[in-house]
Amino acid sequence: MIAIIDYKAGNLTSVQWALREVGIDAIITSDPDALAKADRVIFPGVGAAGAAMEELQARGLDAAVRGFVASGKPFLGICIGCQVILDSSEEDGGISCLGLLGGSVKRFPTIPGLKVPHMGWNQVNFTRKHPVINGIQDGAEFYFVHSFYPSPLDSSVVLGETEYGGIQFPSLLARDNIVACQFHAEKSGPFGLQLLKNFCAWDGKI
Amino acid sequence: MLTKRLIVCLDVRNRKVTKGVKFEGNVDLGDPVEMASQYYRDGVDELVFYDITASAENRPIDIEMVRDVAKHVFIPFSVGGGIRNLEDMRVVLLAGAEKVSVNSLAVKTPEIIRAGARAFGNQCIVLGMDARKSSNPVYASGYEVVIQGGRTPVSLDAVEWARKAESLGAGEICVNSIDADGTQAGYELELTRKISEAVGIPVIASGGAGKPEHLVDVLRQGKADAALVASMVHFGTYSIQGIKEEMTKSGILVRKAPV
Repeated sequence: MIAIIDYKAGNLTSVQWALREVGIDAIITSDPDALAKADRVIFPGVGAAGAAMEELQARGLDAAVRGFVASGKPFLGICIGCQVILDSSEEDGGISCLGLLGGSVKRFPTIPGLKVPHMGWNQVNFTRKHPVINGIQDGAEFYFVHSFYPSPLDSSVVLGETEYGGIQFPSLLARDNIVACQFHAEKSGPFGLQLLKNFCAWDGKI
Repeated sequence: MLTKRLIVCLDVRNRKVTKGVKFEGNVDLGDPVEMASQYYRDGVDELVFYDITASAENRPIDIEMVRDVAKHVFIPFSVGGGIRNLEDMRVVLLAGAEKVSVNSLAVKTPEIIRAGARAFGNQCIVLGMDARKSSNPVYASGYEVVIQGGRTPVSLDAVEWARKAESLGAGEICVNSIDADGTQAGYELELTRKISEAVGIPVIASGGAGKPEHLVDVLRQGKADAALVASMVHFGTYSIQGIKEEMTKSGILVRKAPV
């Protein structure tokens, strides 16, 4: 069973429908016990990291997510779900996050002419091979909408990079059983669907 | 690098896509979900749905349609035309839309932008703006904002309104030229450029697209981040692929549609 974590951070049904499109059923849940029993977990989200962390803590889902990741089963973070797995975020005046990967979340700098949020389709350049990107061409475009980006301490967790406003930022992360994309795989057309399908076929091992 | 977006706009009336010139003489073109699915397969980057009679009839947006689109189309889409309050926004976003667009409502109640951005995030709130040229010197930019399909002026300068919407929390602005809308004679480049230079959020150019060069012009000279089209694809004159090929030839970076 695949569980999509519901913590009142945006559009979860889009993820569910994208999975259905590739023939996969998933449940949407905010129950920590249901997460513990899931075979794999998708952790989506839009909005602000601070509000997301508060909501996770209020529902006891922070501990549930840590527990799930420790189990070694496949875990996919999307957008805010890709950011709050790091140690901290600059958003909302600086907040503490889940700390599943070392590093922080930074804001795009204020540069004249650089529009923030970074919104639209941008290329993801893969840095290595990984089961979740099977069948997706290097440099394929995915849909982004965000003002903050993940900056992991250990560069070996970076699986894909994207350039915006002269900044190369990690847009796809992978370590052990964790995969996390800054882009919205569920809104990224056929390549996004392929990534979701790959994730659902992956055993969480490299 | 970030690509420029090609967006198709579907005006919907009684669950049919419709298109007129300067908001008049509409003809029905087809089912919105079928048309959206086809544009998705053709490689469009984003879709916009306007429920063009919801406001006038004071009824909520056709939420079943939004849900059906979200089940078949895996690219971002926004919905506007009948948003009356925060609850309407919530329902539309939960049905699968990426963004909601507010136009007349934001003019009458600017605080709705702030409230929406706070509740759902800035990226969810698109300001839709209809503007037309004005020689009245009170409008420093030379353009004034109008509502109700261009019929009613509201004493707002287009550039000032764009700046204010940004400060209230809008994540994007869709600038529609009433003068150019439906003419297929090209976008209003100056209006688009003035607004794009005045704000730090993405700007979608709307109104007047008739051929691929028009998109190239507004993305380059008009400094738009995205270009919205309707007639030129609805009537079959151009395909999504064809427009993107022409844009690529002119040196505009676009998303390559997967085959």
